[in-house]
Amino acid sequence: MSAVPPLTSAPAATVAEPVAAPTPVVAAAAVEVAPAQPPRRLERRHIVAVVVLLALACALPFFIPNYRTFQLTLALAYAIALLGLNMLTGYNGQISLGHGAFFAIGAYTAAILMDKADWPYWATIPVAGVVCLVAGFLFGLPALRLEGLYLAVATLALAYAMPQILKHKAIEQWTGGVQGIVIVKPDPPWGLPISQDQWLYFFVLLWVVVLFVVGWNLLRGRVGRAMVAIRDQPIAAKAMGIDTAIVKSMSFGVSALFTGVAGALNAIAVQFVAPDSFQPFLSISLLVGIVIGGLASISGAFYGALFIQFVPNLADQLSKAAPWALYGVFLLAFMYAMPFGVAGFVQRVAARFRRRPRGPA
Amino acid sequence: MSAVLGSERRIDAPKPARDTMPLLAVRGLVAHYGPTQVLHGLDFEVATGGITTILGANGAGKTTTLRAVCNMVRSSGEVVLGGERIDVLATEAIVRRGVAHVPDGRGTFLHLSVEENLRLGAYSRKDRGDIEPDFERVYGYFPRLKERHRQQAGTLSGGEQQMLAVSRALMLRPRLLLLDEPSFGLAPLIVQHLFDILRTINAEAGIGMLLVEQNAAMALKVAQQAYLLETGRVVMSGPADVIRSDETVRRSYLGY
Amino acid sequence: MNALLHQVLSGLASGGIYASVGLALVMIYQATHLVNFAQGELAMFATYLAWTLMQAGVPYWGAFAITVACAFVAGVAIERIIVRPVENAPILAVVIVFIALLVIFNSLAGWIWTYTIKPFPSPFPSQPLFGNSYVSSHELGSMAITLAVLLLLFVFFRYTPLGLAMRAAAQNPESSRLVGIRVGWMLALGWGLAAAIGAIAGMMVAPTVFLEPNMMGGILLYAFAGALLGGIDSPGGAVLGGFIVGVLENVVGAYVGTELKLTVALVVIVGVLVVRPSGLFGRVHVTRV
Repeated sequence: MSAVPPLTSAPAATVAEPVAAPTPVVAAAAVEVAPAQPPRRLERRHIVAVVVLLALACALPFFIPNYRTFQLTLALAYAIALLGLNMLTGYNGQISLGHGAFFAIGAYTAAILMDKADWPYWATIPVAGVVCLVAGFLFGLPALRLEGLYLAVATLALAYAMPQILKHKAIEQWTGGVQGIVIVKPDPPWGLPISQDQWLYFFVLLWVVVLFVVGWNLLRGRVGRAMVAIRDQPIAAKAMGIDTAIVKSMSFGVSALFTGVAGALNAIAVQFVAPDSFQPFLSISLLVGIVIGGLASISGAFYGALFIQFVPNLADQLSKAAPWALYGVFLLAFMYAMPFGVAGFVQRVAARFRRRPRGPA
Repeated sequence: MSAVLGSERRIDAPKPARDTMPLLAVRGLVAHYGPTQVLHGLDFEVATGGITTILGANGAGKTTTLRAVCNMVRSSGEVVLGGERIDVLATEAIVRRGVAHVPDGRGTFLHLSVEENLRLGAYSRKDRGDIEPDFERVYGYFPRLKERHRQQAGTLSGGEQQMLAVSRALMLRPRLLLLDEPSFGLAPLIVQHLFDILRTINAEAGIGMLLVEQNAAMALKVAQQAYLLETGRVVMSGPADVIRSDETVRRSYLGY
Repeated sequence: MNALLHQVLSGLASGGIYASVGLALVMIYQATHLVNFAQGELAMFATYLAWTLMQAGVPYWGAFAITVACAFVAGVAIERIIVRPVENAPILAVVIVFIALLVIFNSLAGWIWTYTIKPFPSPFPSQPLFGNSYVSSHELGSMAITLAVLLLLFVFFRYTPLGLAMRAAAQNPESSRLVGIRVGWMLALGWGLAAAIGAIAGMMVAPTVFLEPNMMGGILLYAFAGALLGGIDSPGGAVLGGFIVGVLENVVGAYVGTELKLTVALVVIVGVLVVRPSGLFGRVHVTRV
């Protein structure tokens, strides 16, 4: 009766086994697959790969039409949001079904500052980040009391309540109520001979680089290890002296910061914020993004972002219901067949190709 | 307790005139917890209407043995109940064939009443009409339960919960009763009472029993056949009274 | 005062819906310690089925019965096929599976029946009983039906062997196996019942909020809020919580503004979870370290 593929015994067996490896999702093959985590040491081949990719990314907007550049800009912003959500849910194990709310807060912060206070667009980004850092931290405090399922329920409620809050009359003079706020698309600075879309692309790309470096450093250092320890063995972590309350609340805060910045960037690119842009669909999209990209993985943010940016667009042409349906089917398919997401799959393939005397794992 | 005996010593009782099929015959029982092998090929039997006891120290594998008989743990080997192989069946199916297991920790439904616990014992029975008389019979053995029949099971004392656990098993009208350390944590007087009842039930209803115990003295008094388990292996077997008077057993397990 | 009475009675009517859906949530939670995020969408889908049957000419109560039966079967099937493989998986995996179900049913409904709002008939007369001005016949009828369902369930669980077996299986699966209960099927039965209850709730609420794929989203949250308020492992508490939330929602909505009604759900949920996670009547869980 449903569109869900019937399950054969092999994936079912995979799913039923409890996890020992440092990823939060089911994995029976933990031994042979390198878990998707940031590399412990920065090897030369990683640096080379990143530089090459960055160079390609910079060159790309000059070879594709403007609207494609625009779409990629949005995808890049989503990548930041997904990294944020992944920090909280993938690395720290706190399930959030309501991250769209922080996306919205960041977006509205930027829009309000630009529209009501005449701030330049580039100055709104850090403010959006800080506002969301505080908001995330504040939400993280009561969230300390909520485990797994309950946190998921509470954040889902937040996702559903957000559009209503944004439409409310009491704050209408700032939020613009149902109609939202329209903002002006920025021009390239210093008279650079590129289009607005191209400039925005580079602007967002810059933030991607900055935030991903920050995120990568955070996750592979002591804080990141503490976050993962709390996810996997919260009691042992506490016994080891990790202040779980601070780490968890800060995870919420930092995660919200990233997502808020992404929201602000998105708002500037789209030139528009309105309550209906931040429906629960957005929060679930973000969840889909990290599952598909790969939980507890940094590169996964990009795969996931490309997915949630382009797949709904393509699917929309089939029918209005198709994007949502595809999300559901992909979520199930990935849960049962590719729990490490695309990032995990890529790492697996890469490991096979590498000829090392010791071999993978 | 260090290994008392090296290889298995079997003290055979004189064979009965007529060969009667055992109620439960287990051959080569092997069990694993994850990658660790816990039972290394056990052979034991429960005679029809008889009481067999499996003794051993903590960690010898006694509880695992009972769980393996009920297929609650990953196991292999032959388990034959009344001539039928049950090792391939799921726990629920084994229970429905008349095997009642009083588990380690009693397994009481703590949030249900005493009466509901007992009723659940009879859940799988087909002979619905005979269930009410069985309530009376069980209350006859353990009048304390009748007094408390509406009380929530979790509020009963340890001894009362043990009585409840045994009673629930009896409500099944089992052919075979598996008991996992019924004396655990109980005052000696209550243990005495419990074992008296077990002996009575065995004599009156002919229910076979496989009794796993750390309290070797009590178990050997009530059982006919005994097996000694050490780190997953049977190191000694034979009639209970013979085992009881064995020098090494007395020193290591009975303390005198 | 009249207005308040009207709000309270309306609140009780919607509260009955929240109580029913909340009970369905609690049934599944008690058995599996999992929250079925897809409960609302399943109910919505069943309601659409009823609508389709009625469009095809089937009379109301016939369609009602068929829908409830189909929902039951679907619930059993979903548990056996989709939920069972992930029963023991980490919590995130299970949440994702449930969200996936939510999303799939929502979009499937949108695809099959489009997103246009459809009117859904009520089996109750449109004139208020005795011409009163406090509560419509549909609200009264809906309350009566939900109360009847709740009563039937209470009797089933407390006084029938199967109901006892289901309670046992939810509380202590291992001991249940030791008395011969097929625990897997008890779970499936629980899902079936939960789906059936959801279908009834959906059919009772559709005449008021109109039939569309997103109709149950808010209701699911109110049901959560009610179940959490009453105690997510206490069926009686969940029911009472549902009624309280219903009244609260209506009264707050009337005096503070209907636009923030969902925020009420959020506040209740977060508030309960922070102040008293076990709810009014649930058991306080002490986790041993």
